[in-house]
Parts: sequence; structure tokens; C-alpha cells
Amino acid sequence: MSVDSVVVSFKQRVGHKLRLNRRMRQNITGYIFILPWLISLIVFSMYPIMASFYYSGTDYTIMNTPTWVGLKQYEAMFTKDPLYWVSVYNSLYYALLAVPLQLVFALALALLLNTNVRGVGMFRTIYYLPSLVPVVAATIMFAFLFDTRYGLINEGLNLIGLPSFGWLKSATWSKPALVIMSLWGATGWQMLIFLAAIKEIPKVYYEAAMVDGANAWQRLVKITIPLVTPALLFNLIMGVIESFQVFSSAFIATATGGGSTASSGGPLNSLLVYLLLLYRYAFRYFQMGYASAMAVVLFIALVVITFLLFRFSGRWVFYEGAMRR
Amino acid sequence: MAFLMMTKSGRYGDKAYRLIRWLATQGIQYFTLVLVSLVFLIPFYWVVVTSLKRLDLVFTDPPQWLPNPVMWENYHKVLFGKFFPFLLLLRNTVFYAGSTTLGTVISSCIVAYAFARINFWGRNVLFGITLSTMMLPGVVTLIPVYILFHKLHWVGTYAPLIVPAFLGNAFNIFLMRQFFLTIPHDLSDAAYVDGAGEFTILWRIMLPLVTPVLMVVAVFQFMWAWNDFMGPLIYLNNSNLYPLVLGLSAFQSQHGVEWHLMMAAAVATTVPLIILFFIAQRYFIEGITMTGLKE
Repeated sequence: MSVDSVVVSFKQRVGHKLRLNRRMRQNITGYIFILPWLISLIVFSMYPIMASFYYSGTDYTIMNTPTWVGLKQYEAMFTKDPLYWVSVYNSLYYALLAVPLQLVFALALALLLNTNVRGVGMFRTIYYLPSLVPVVAATIMFAFLFDTRYGLINEGLNLIGLPSFGWLKSATWSKPALVIMSLWGATGWQMLIFLAAIKEIPKVYYEAAMVDGANAWQRLVKITIPLVTPALLFNLIMGVIESFQVFSSAFIATATGGGSTASSGGPLNSLLVYLLLLYRYAFRYFQMGYASAMAVVLFIALVVITFLLFRFSGRWVFYEGAMRR
Repeated sequence: MAFLMMTKSGRYGDKAYRLIRWLATQGIQYFTLVLVSLVFLIPFYWVVVTSLKRLDLVFTDPPQWLPNPVMWENYHKVLFGKFFPFLLLLRNTVFYAGSTTLGTVISSCIVAYAFARINFWGRNVLFGITLSTMMLPGVVTLIPVYILFHKLHWVGTYAPLIVPAFLGNAFNIFLMRQFFLTIPHDLSDAAYVDGAGEFTILWRIMLPLVTPVLMVVAVFQFMWAWNDFMGPLIYLNNSNLYPLVLGLSAFQSQHGVEWHLMMAAAVATTVPLIILFFIAQRYFIEGITMTGLKE
């Protein structure tokens, strides 16, 4: 007999006294267990969302008390602030460029890693290693690699006959430079998720296909890719949400080479992404109302995009459950 | 091709053909794997090499692939010199990462256990809400939370960054709950019969079983906190409290053009994480595939 049978739990003693049945005891215990998280949900999720909406209708600089201004902040944002639309353009550009490239790259890597060659684990580690580098450090590293005169990347391009690009000093190539950096340092987790999904696919499918005479390409397109679509949807949504909230890399990239202040926006504001502008308004100018309006707009946009992505995912996402006859 | 056709005929032909084809596929796979690794590793190599160069040799044409002379002094300057208070930054970073890891592990474990094994009213709804906060764009919580902490006079300290960690984290709760679900009910049922309460079950039975996942959660959280830039940027203004990433950013605005030192600082900021990763790697990949990403 274990000690536990002698020690009766506190809940049972109290419960017995208060005539609480098992069900109620479970409810009480359950809520006590999740209490910290409930607090977090209310204080750090639900309240802030509502508060953001509220603050977006005020003029508030923390030093004074919030004064209600209705939709004035939104009006100023949409009609009187050219920088706002610059930041929207920058973030859209970045997201549209980064997300598809990241997905393809991560999937390609996962497919490559899905072999049984000896030592594949070592390669998997190598491919994941860049994700471990703090974004700040990675940005500084790549600022160095992207140096226009002596950076490795331009040197490499010149070697194969291509011209040098302006990269972080050029208004046209600064965002692509950030995207390239994200391919190196931010696709690790996507790759792992794809890899996990690919490994779940029963080998039987491939064997059956080979018996039917399918070649490697057909096996890839007709078996692997459809069965990987749930992971693809997940990576797509998380990738979109992440890329619209890029901050650190843009912040650091606009301040490399010494001299210019961080969050300055890069050449011709080409690196002024949405969150960078929001940060500036909130924590440099302390315009909490205006910044909240920016936050609300981004929030709504992301919710809508996520909803649409989910909604239309039924067309192309293939859940394995449906296959079982 | 002709050679392959020749080997195909004859008694052992087909086996030879298949062997050669297998070797060729292996060869191509290895070749591609190595090629791609170069893409990933060259930036690392170049950064380390640059960090050991003399400043005037950093930018040469053609690029110098091996530093000559090897300037170990660069690291001495960066780690122990006046330029970059590495030890102070390291201490702050370890403090920040360590305390948030402790808080996350404890809270996520308890909350996830409840979601997985205690049948309380509204459990599924609450878990659904938990999942949706995983996709909550953090931007919308940024400002009100900051204002809240400002009113509490916590701005300028680590409190806004550490205290929330003790309340749980959606992703980690999700991870742990998935794992708790895989534990057979017989174990806890037997304990119930013996009169154990939920907490006893968690403490004595579940904890030993979920240690691998706890490790995964701990490592993930530690690395995330080590990496966190925006949080400390917003809440800390005293440079004595800066973690490594903030220190690196400040270092950059002062010494940005001294690439050899910048690279050394970047390396110093990253190496501890890589070491940690290699130690914990066993649990890592296991953890991701184990907790299951089945939709």
C-alpha cells in the first residue's frame, strides 16, 4: 500500500465536508490549476485588445490623461501621413516576397532531408543552426555580407559575372536583402514542421505508387505535396503573421555601418516596415493614440487574412482522415 | 549510359545496374546536401574569420579566407574590454532567460495538465481560446500592456518581461497538453483509487513521465528569451540592465564600422546558444515530432 492511500488529499477532505461531488471538485481543481493562465488571458490578451481599440480613439501621451478624439487618429493616419502608406507598402512587399519564398525553401529543404543517407541528422542540425542565431546578431552579420564594395555576396555575384547590388544601401534592394536574410535564419522551424509532416506519410503509399509505375516527380506531386498541405497551411498562416510583424531585423538593418540612428527607416524609408513606424510613434513620440490606431488596423487586417486563409483552405488542404474509405 | 546498359544484361547485370543506380542516387543526395550546407555555413565561417582579422584587413580584394595575423585580441577586447560589457550583458541575459524559463515550465506544466486530464466545465472552449491566442498578432497587445506596466511603475525593470512568464504561454501549454494526452489513464486512475488528488498525481506520476517535453519547453523558452529584442528594448532604459541583444545593438551604433569587433560581438552573443542547443539537441527534434503536428 502506498503512502498516498493513507494521505487523503485536501480537496477530498474539504469536499466531503461540503458535500461536493466529484464533478464539482474537478471543476474547482481545474480552475485553480489554470488560474495563472486565466489571469494571463484576461490581462494580457483580452483586455489589451479592447484597450487598443479604446486608445485608438484617444489622444494619449502617457503624461496626460486620454482625451477622446473619435476617429481623428484614423483620419490622420489614412489621409495626412504619407509615411503610413509607405510602411504599409513596405510590409506588404516584404510579406508577399518572403512568405512564398520561405515556404518553398523550407519545403525543399525538408524534402532534401527526408532521406536515409547516413549522417542526415548532421545535415539537419546544420540547416537548423542559423535559426538559433539571434536576429540582431544575424542582421549585423548579413549587413556585413551585404556590404556593397567588399561584402561576400557582391563578391560572389561578381565572380559569376553578375553586377553588384546596392542591397541595404539601395531603396530597391534593401527589402530583398532582408528577405534573403530571413531565408537563411528564419526558415528553420518551417523546415522542421514540413519534415515532421513528410515523415508521417506512410511508406505504403509510395510503394503502391511505384508498383503502379509512378516516377519520382509524380510521387512528389501526387502523394507528398497533398499530404503535406496541413503543415503548409500552418506554416503559411504563421509565416504571414510573422512577416507582417517584422521588427528587429529592420530596426538593426537601418542602423548598420555606424552613424545613423536605429529606426531611421533605411534608404528612402524603404525599410520602414509597419512595426518600425508604430514603434517610432509609440516609443519615440509617445503618441499612444495614433500608434494604437496603427495596431488596430494591422490586427484587423491579420484577423481577416487569417480567416480568409482558413476559409479557403478547404479547397486545397488535404486532411488524411478523408482518405480512409 | 552504354555502360549501364551493358551491365544490365548478363547474369549479375541487373543487380549491378541497381547497385550503380543506388550509388549514383546516394552520391547526388550527398552532393546536394553538402552544397546546401555550404550556403548555410559560409556566413558563419566568414563571420568567425572576420572576427579574427585586423581591421584594415577586413575589406580586401580578393577576400582573405584565412585571417593572417590571427587577432585573438579582438575577442579579448570584446569580452573583457571597455567597449562591450560582455560579462554584464551575459549575466543579464542569463537572468532574463533563466527566470522566464523557470516560470514558463512551471506554469505551462500545471495549466496543460489541467487541460489534458481534468474535466472541468468550459475546458474545451478555454483551450480553443488558448489556441487562438497563439495566432494573436502581438502588435495589438503591445501598447496597452506597456501603459499598464507604466502605471504599475514597472517600466525600467525586468518585471514586465518576467512576471507574465509565470502565468503561462499558449504555445508551451499546447505542447505540453498534447503530450499529457498520450499518457494512459490507467496510471492516474490507479492513483485516484489510492486516494491521490490531482496535484499529487501531477507531481508524483506525471512529472517524471513528461521530463523530455519539459526539457523541450525549457530549451525553446530559454532560446526565445535570449533572442528577445523588442521586449527589452521597450521596457529597459538603463544600459546596466541590457541583455546581450540590446548591448549588441548599442555597440553597433558606437562601433558599427569596426567590423572585426562587431563580428566578434555577434559571435559571442550566439555561441552560448549553439552550445546549449547541441546539449539539448537530443530532446529537441524528438520533442517536435513527438508532441505531434497532426492537424
